[in-house]
Amino acid sequence: MDTQTLIYIFVGISFALYIGIALWSRAGSTKEFYVAGGGVSPVVNGMATAADWMSAASFLSMAGLIAFMGYDGSVYLMGWTGGYVMLALLLAPYLRKFGQFTVPDFIGTRYYSKAARVVAVICLIFISFTYIAGQMRGVGIVFSRFLDVPINLGVIIGMGIVFVYAVLGGMKGITYTQVAQYCVLIFAYMVPAFFISFMVTGNPIPQLGLGSTVNDGSGMHVLQKLDLVLTDLGFAAYTAGSKSTIDVFCITMALMVGTAGLPHVIVRFFTVPKASDARKSAGWALIFIALLYTTAPAVAAFSRINLIDSMNETSYAEAPGWFKKWEANDLIVWRDKNADGKVQIAKGDAFKGKPEFAEGAGASGERLVSNDEAVDNPNELYVDNDIMVLANPEIANLPGWVIALVAAGGLAAALSTAAGLLLVISSSVSHDLLKSTFRPNISEKGELLAARVAATAAIVVAGYLGIYPPGWVAQVVAFAFGLAAASLFPAIFMGIFSKSMNKEGAIAGMVTGLVFTFGYIFYFKLVVDPAMNVADNWLLGISPEGIGVVGMVLNFVVAVAVSKMTKSPPVEIRKLVDSIRVPRGAGDAHAH
Amino acid sequence: MADDEIPDTETSAAEDAYWRENVRLLLILMAIWFACSFGAGILLREFLDQFMLGGYPLGFWFAQQGSIYIFVALIFYYVVKMKKIERKYDLDD
Repeated sequence: MDTQTLIYIFVGISFALYIGIALWSRAGSTKEFYVAGGGVSPVVNGMATAADWMSAASFLSMAGLIAFMGYDGSVYLMGWTGGYVMLALLLAPYLRKFGQFTVPDFIGTRYYSKAARVVAVICLIFISFTYIAGQMRGVGIVFSRFLDVPINLGVIIGMGIVFVYAVLGGMKGITYTQVAQYCVLIFAYMVPAFFISFMVTGNPIPQLGLGSTVNDGSGMHVLQKLDLVLTDLGFAAYTAGSKSTIDVFCITMALMVGTAGLPHVIVRFFTVPKASDARKSAGWALIFIALLYTTAPAVAAFSRINLIDSMNETSYAEAPGWFKKWEANDLIVWRDKNADGKVQIAKGDAFKGKPEFAEGAGASGERLVSNDEAVDNPNELYVDNDIMVLANPEIANLPGWVIALVAAGGLAAALSTAAGLLLVISSSVSHDLLKSTFRPNISEKGELLAARVAATAAIVVAGYLGIYPPGWVAQVVAFAFGLAAASLFPAIFMGIFSKSMNKEGAIAGMVTGLVFTFGYIFYFKLVVDPAMNVADNWLLGISPEGIGVVGMVLNFVVAVAVSKMTKSPPVEIRKLVDSIRVPRGAGDAHAH
Repeated sequence: MADDEIPDTETSAAEDAYWRENVRLLLILMAIWFACSFGAGILLREFLDQFMLGGYPLGFWFAQQGSIYIFVALIFYYVVKMKKIERKYDLDD
């Protein structure tokens, strides 16, 4: 059977599985819709959290990013895992004990204020939409690369699938679908990784392979060889990186705290039966995530070695099949600057900007781009980050079913994250805005209907953003983390660990953190010329990616200062804090 | 964060003692969390890179592998330890 047929079969089976699960686990009440009834086992919830968490970016792009960033890529590895320690230790068990449905629920109740709840909803919707637009785009891109359908049609198919299980099943449907999606995506990630690790080092375990010697008889370790090869070609050493220490520090911190403050992650811990289960569940989630996150740096290093070994100074005519295949798919561009018919890899860009493909073929038969040539360096190769995961099965000469598996895995990663985000958007609209703020008399049935309508509307908006991605989406998607770190995390943290934090302080803090972080990112990403977005112009040398940390500190400082000058919270709020601190008596998640 | 500024709510002695022990445990574990990632993986990375762990420079290993393993261990240690503390004060769920 040819690879294309296998891809259709694998993707088709996985979709049938998701929809089947969705029909089996339809939500019948708001409690099932918001928190899956509150009875999900910690291991199952951990697995669902892992799928919720690992997006198309984690699955497809992260290994490629690390391959090109080397040590600097550590910001993603530590940043996107360390947040779970904060969640398990500082937030999850207490929020579960509190026992409501949404993040704004906690903030609105703890700070006895509808205004605080509405500010939290605004933060949440802003964070979730910036994040989800990228996911829908990711679904479309995977479709177009593997199934030869246009990106926009791919987005629409993705919308349809998510509609079925998110709108019908709510959190209950999403939870069990995400478990299936986790299994698909981790299997799809690990199989090629084992093979490629075995191929490069002779050790099939990627985590060990990365610390082993290369299989080429040189006796050099993988990282040693990579450092040597890269410095020979004029790059920085792989294990050294080129970002400043303060920037690496701040980006890592912003990603960690942002992870702990992301509403679609937090809300997963409302679904387990007990406060102590929330801790356990965060641990399981991190194990499932760590499996992929400790493999990714190995895949990154192996594919960087492979790329240079197989392509540098190789003539285009003799290039391996995968090179031409992914060139045809727009992910690789070769620009023969010195017209010698051979590919030269060096530091710098082959041409300016993203590739704009032109008609016709070059002297060696390569595809042409109309971009201006970057004449300041000898590099001739443009490689999209996603290629490292996408081309792995072909580089390792794996059979067609592995390629089909990677296609199904990429879709599982994108769809699971999109569904989790849609759910928090819809529940914050139906529960926090309607039920708790503007229409308190709405019936249970009415609220469930409103949740489904809101989920449908959110899918349509997300699909629209996926089909017509506004320029800012690609620019700001990573900054959902900065905003979560600067707005929601401090408010939740102080709500648990300080009894004296009051509504004035919390609101002032959230607004300060959000406005500062948003303003800084907006200024550097959208207002000034990209050439100005460099360390010399940054505050303390901190890039927009890491500025959420400063926003977070400002949030804390402003909140504490304002709360000292205003009235302390009423006695019943201090009693509430006392009660969420002890695990006993969590019981079921309950409606107000 | 100081919790004891306003001692007017009724918490039992057991609850107070439980919370103090929890916060002390949190401080220790968060210190390890910080030390392995921001310490060994970032601030001390260049110094640690002179040592090797197999084929990994040590600082690089902490940044791309070690921290993640330690994170997992920290959470499960906390799960087990907290259960003990809760049982001790009869506050478990």
